[in-house]
Amino acid sequence: MSPSEQLTIDRGAPVIAGVAVGTEAGERGARRSLRAQVARLERELCAIVADGFPHIGAGSPAWASTGPSLLGLEQLEQLRDQLAGRVQDMRRRAQERAEHELRAQELLERMKLEPGRYKFVRLPVTELGQRGCGVWEVRPRFGLIGMLAGWWELKLSSGCPLARGSRASATPATAPARGMPAAR
Amino acid sequence: MSRTPPAPEAAGPAGAFRPAPGWCAPEVAQELPGLRLLAAEAQVRRGGSLTGDSPPDIRERLRELSNRMRGATAVAVRRQPVPAAYRVFFRHIGLDPDAVRTPMEAAVLERMLRGGFLSGGLLADVLLVALLDTGVPVWALDAESVEGWLGIRPSGERERLGRSREAPELPGGRLVVADGSAPLAVLFGGLAPGHEPVANTRRLTLFAVQVAGVPELYAEEALWNCRAALELP
Repeated sequence: MSPSEQLTIDRGAPVIAGVAVGTEAGERGARRSLRAQVARLERELCAIVADGFPHIGAGSPAWASTGPSLLGLEQLEQLRDQLAGRVQDMRRRAQERAEHELRAQELLERMKLEPGRYKFVRLPVTELGQRGCGVWEVRPRFGLIGMLAGWWELKLSSGCPLARGSRASATPATAPARGMPAAR
Repeated sequence: MSRTPPAPEAAGPAGAFRPAPGWCAPEVAQELPGLRLLAAEAQVRRGGSLTGDSPPDIRERLRELSNRMRGATAVAVRRQPVPAAYRVFFRHIGLDPDAVRTPMEAAVLERMLRGGFLSGGLLADVLLVALLDTGVPVWALDAESVEGWLGIRPSGERERLGRSREAPELPGGRLVVADGSAPLAVLFGGLAPGHEPVANTRRLTLFAVQVAGVPELYAEEALWNCRAALELP
């Protein structure tokens, strides 16, 4: 939250945004304003967590909940400050993550252009900010021949393993061997 | 404390379901504009116990909802307008929604942990379906134990939650859902002992808590869903 967005409340000089207060109505206005700030911060926090999933978690709770109650000015200020701190921390993590993904994207581009310089380098798609289990990998074409001849290519693996495992491993051990009668 | 007499629950000109608006203590209404309680009575016409197995149509509905709510939804739910409004409201009343989950997020998290919405009995299932369909939580009280209209107010010092002998004492200033004489539930919390519906309860007082940012239609629909599901013979 930028300083301009923050509401300055100084109890010694009861002035809020230029309006003289000291009355109950003034405090109520201050609480309303703090609640609006809390709402804005909460929405931003949600957006960062939802956009950054699964790399950015919600983090630990900032507020020790005591039960539902009407919060006073001081409690609302504390809540706003804690949320603002948390949002700032989340923004920093989101920024770091974005930079990480950008570096990974650049690496992928280089791997595409010069696969021979990145032999056997593996780059999971999650590093690029994509979902799934695919992995970009620089491999030799035609196996050993390509390795000896210097034929390298970038390949994307086929994705997530099946939940039941591969067909071979999913086949129960009780399956009859070829030529053997099925067990009854 | 002013307890505005609520409009009676009635069918409108087109036969529309209109739940009764509950009262709100002036200090609560002033501090939390948009907070409303809506209540409706429901007669249980389904056979069997309220805590027993749900009929096939409700179990089927839970299955459908389980299929609809997947991992991606669980994360995105906090950005949807209605659940997000409850998150903001939780903050406003001093609850951290990452510690005390909003009803919708709690339900979706349970779905992720258990692999589906498991049936918890007829009433629990009906309330869960309404929550998942609308995002608005609904609670049910035994109508016989409710005296007068429901509303929201802060608890008094040494006030008890409910009228039963085992009613726990509440700290002063806790936001509660109360009837004319006693708190019957902590707001977004547990119901008072002795006021929860039991297996053979036939008349229920349903109530939904609507917060700023939640259209009234959603709260009405949540209550209507519950009532319709329970009143089916």
